[in-house]
Amino acid sequence: MMIYLQIFLAFFIPGILGYGGGPASIPLIENEVVDRYEWMDVNEFSEALAIGNALPGPIATKMAGYIGYQEGGLLGGIIGVFATVAPSLFLMIVLLGFLYRYKESPKVKRMTSYIRPTIAVLLGVMAFNFFSTSYEDSGIWQTIFLVVSSYLLLERWKVHPAFVIMGAMVYGALLMS
Amino acid sequence: MTQWQLFLAFFRVGMLGYGGGPSSIPLVHQEVVKKYGWMDDDEFADVLALGNTLPGPIATKMAGYIGYRVAGITGMLNALLSTILPTIVLMIVLLTTVASFKDYTWVKGMTAAVVPVVGVMLAVLTLDFYRKSTETLGWVKAFILIAVSFGLIEWLGLHPAILIAGLLLAAIVQKDKEKISEIEEKKEKR
Repeated sequence: MMIYLQIFLAFFIPGILGYGGGPASIPLIENEVVDRYEWMDVNEFSEALAIGNALPGPIATKMAGYIGYQEGGLLGGIIGVFATVAPSLFLMIVLLGFLYRYKESPKVKRMTSYIRPTIAVLLGVMAFNFFSTSYEDSGIWQTIFLVVSSYLLLERWKVHPAFVIMGAMVYGALLMS
Repeated sequence: MTQWQLFLAFFRVGMLGYGGGPSSIPLVHQEVVKKYGWMDDDEFADVLALGNTLPGPIATKMAGYIGYRVAGITGMLNALLSTILPTIVLMIVLLTTVASFKDYTWVKGMTAAVVPVVGVMLAVLTLDFYRKSTETLGWVKAFILIAVSFGLIEWLGLHPAILIAGLLLAAIVQKDKEKISEIEEKKEKR
């Protein structure tokens, strides 16, 4: 019983303290899992993180699911994921429900227009980070080739992103290993 | 039918987003706004803004909320599980069976090749938001807000959540122009 409470707390705390999406909460998860509860050592944690990063999808839930499962079986995994996801999702639904109800009010309309430039900046910075990661990992020519060809496919020829990403995965597996 | 579409939309988001939850933002936009039309760009901007202001993983907040909006609690669970479950299962299977998975060079190549593609999708979405900003706020105001946001976040290291919360507060506190002009009209009538 104790272990389930610990799993809940280990992922609940990073879930409510980690601003900036899942990746920002990884150091907090490490703090709980490695330093506080000692379920893993640093090497095991980095190993799990490396595999998590090689797989698609959100990273925080993958870590919570895997570590929870390791420590407390299926129920442990479910509790870990629940503690990561539920608190902030609940807040989100309540707050957005409130906004949605008053969406015709000028105040709410103004909110949307005021925050949009900031979101543009955040997305732009994120895009830049993805490009510079790619430049560091794959070099300038692969990056330019992939950027130009995926831009043309996505925007000029309107290919669905799923196919563009799958194409990039095949290309990477064959020619970038 | 809607549940099946929710499943497909968020399954694709979960399986195609490399680089953690934030990389799934343009994918969610593609599915929710462009493909299924469950939301317009304005609502998506609100979801993204609030998602960035609240703590916790961003992909699950978006999936959960959008699922809830489209099809209630069942929709929420459906979208959430479609986003996270497939890759959690993959992770457990890979870590408990083949521990050397990440050492295969083709896996590294595959992951590395997706990164710039997601970068392009994020850049395109950035441009969308920029255009929408200049449309609603006018060129000057939008430019000032962008410059100030960039300076505060990137140079002064202000946390984006604080900035967004501040802007939301400013929008609430500011008096509504329409109402003021209405009051003035009434005064003039008297």
